[in-house]
Amino acid sequence: MIFNPEKECMSREDLRKLQSERLVKIVKHAYDNVPMYKERMDALGVKPEDIKSIDDIVKLPFTTKKDLRDFYPDKLFAVPRSEIVRFHASSGTTGKPIVAGYTAHDVENWAEGVARCLAAGGMSKEDTIQVSYGYGLFTGGLGAHDGATKLGAAVLPTSAGNTAKQIMLMEDLQSTGLCCTPSYALFLAEEIEKEGKKDAVKLKSGFFGAEPWTEGMRKELEAKLGIKAYDLYGLTEISGPGVGGECECQNGTHLWEDMFYPEIINPETGEQLPDGVEGELVFTTLDKWGMPMLRYRTRDLTHLIHEKCECGRTLCRMGRILGRTDDMLIIRGVNVFPSQVESILLEIPEFQGQYYITVDRVNNVDTFDIDVELREEYYSDDIAAMNKLADKLVGRIVSVIGIKPKIHIVEPGSITRSMGKAKHVTDNRKFK
Amino acid sequence: MIIQQISVFLENRAGRTAEVAKILAEANIDIQAYNIAESNDFGVFRLIVSDTEGAVIALKKAGLAVVLTTVLSASCPNTPGSLTKILDVLAGKSISVDYMYSYIHGDANQAIIRTKDIEACQAALIAAGIA
Repeated sequence: MIFNPEKECMSREDLRKLQSERLVKIVKHAYDNVPMYKERMDALGVKPEDIKSIDDIVKLPFTTKKDLRDFYPDKLFAVPRSEIVRFHASSGTTGKPIVAGYTAHDVENWAEGVARCLAAGGMSKEDTIQVSYGYGLFTGGLGAHDGATKLGAAVLPTSAGNTAKQIMLMEDLQSTGLCCTPSYALFLAEEIEKEGKKDAVKLKSGFFGAEPWTEGMRKELEAKLGIKAYDLYGLTEISGPGVGGECECQNGTHLWEDMFYPEIINPETGEQLPDGVEGELVFTTLDKWGMPMLRYRTRDLTHLIHEKCECGRTLCRMGRILGRTDDMLIIRGVNVFPSQVESILLEIPEFQGQYYITVDRVNNVDTFDIDVELREEYYSDDIAAMNKLADKLVGRIVSVIGIKPKIHIVEPGSITRSMGKAKHVTDNRKFK
Repeated sequence: MIIQQISVFLENRAGRTAEVAKILAEANIDIQAYNIAESNDFGVFRLIVSDTEGAVIALKKAGLAVVLTTVLSASCPNTPGSLTKILDVLAGKSISVDYMYSYIHGDANQAIIRTKDIEACQAALIAAGIA
């Protein structure tokens, strides 16, 4: 189902017009109300009047995560505090978190974005949507909640954690939709399997986001939970989940570009890149007033597709997120994304998708160690057979990534399962 | 006699073997024979116990990877030449041994033998008047 056909299927020409009108307004709003934007645009010699159409977006300065930290907590807000109706904050691993402020209009638009995603994944007012994203400062829980409410579905706000109760309610209230991180979904699927409740659970669709995931993980989640699994993309800086989502074609994530204008740039030079070329995803919020973001650099690496989708939507799509510019590890000079390891693991049936990478430097050489778990039936009395599986994985990783890891088969369940965003890497190298 | 051995997958970490022994002790299960085979990162703790089923339940409940392995327990009296006799029979039938260890059950010394084809191994030993 298409939640808002007027916007989601509008002609590219009308869309361009709308984007241009909105960009002109939001740039003026940011310039007039956020000192940082005024200073940066002045420094580049760009006035709001210079922005006449969406093509002029390249004249604007970029915004980075560092800016959000430097102007903590609310110096990038563009409205009086009385207009702010909600705060969220992202998990800051170092120091202060970043804070986002929303007006009532912003919260409405955010919910609209999520409602479009849920409808695109087959949900309607007939459905019961279980929100197993954490509720609170994290945008996942409340974002999915508001979107499901806007759609008219029944929300089951279980939040993250307390897995046994999650599964009980999922069964008893017959949840048909599930929103959570893909790693938590995998954990839930394992527990459902253990409890022998696969047939009792009636899920149809899963909406997974907040961390990058792979096609292999999609297949695994779809098989284990008996669902269609959809990407639910978003980030706190731009609003939260629902900046984009997949449709039934599962062939790219539609971005709601009437509200969030995407560009792909070369992360080194900042130059815009054409369709199909991988680069860093950048968003400008075209209709967000509390904390407008001009050309926010997401650090997510992907590409865009502007061709019309078979589902009928004209809004563009992005490919799978390959990783984040800041997730990328450089090991022995080779670029390694943790998601590559995950894809490989999920292609080999004897292994679980869980993994943990440890990188260190010993005698000036990088070490690359990966803890993995076997599927239950492959733990055996036969040591040679288990070592052979580890060798097989080493071979696959060498051929795909180009460097040789040390594989450690660990006991089942010993790699920490995450309720929220999964942590997959420890880098112990000290760079001076 | 064909019997079931318990094989537990353990990471090479201090205290893991102790953990298994403790679980069995708390379940009041007697360990009659054991052996640890080790690889780089992990080992397989192999056990013959008084209550195989109970041991599997207790170990699985603790989240451990446990499998049952079929092995042969053959009588191997505590006299010179007993082991040679067993191994000669197996060699004569071209049966190769994956691993073996021994234990004393009451007064009798027993050889635990793991081969790819346990049935053939048992038949050969019975025909030779052993087992």
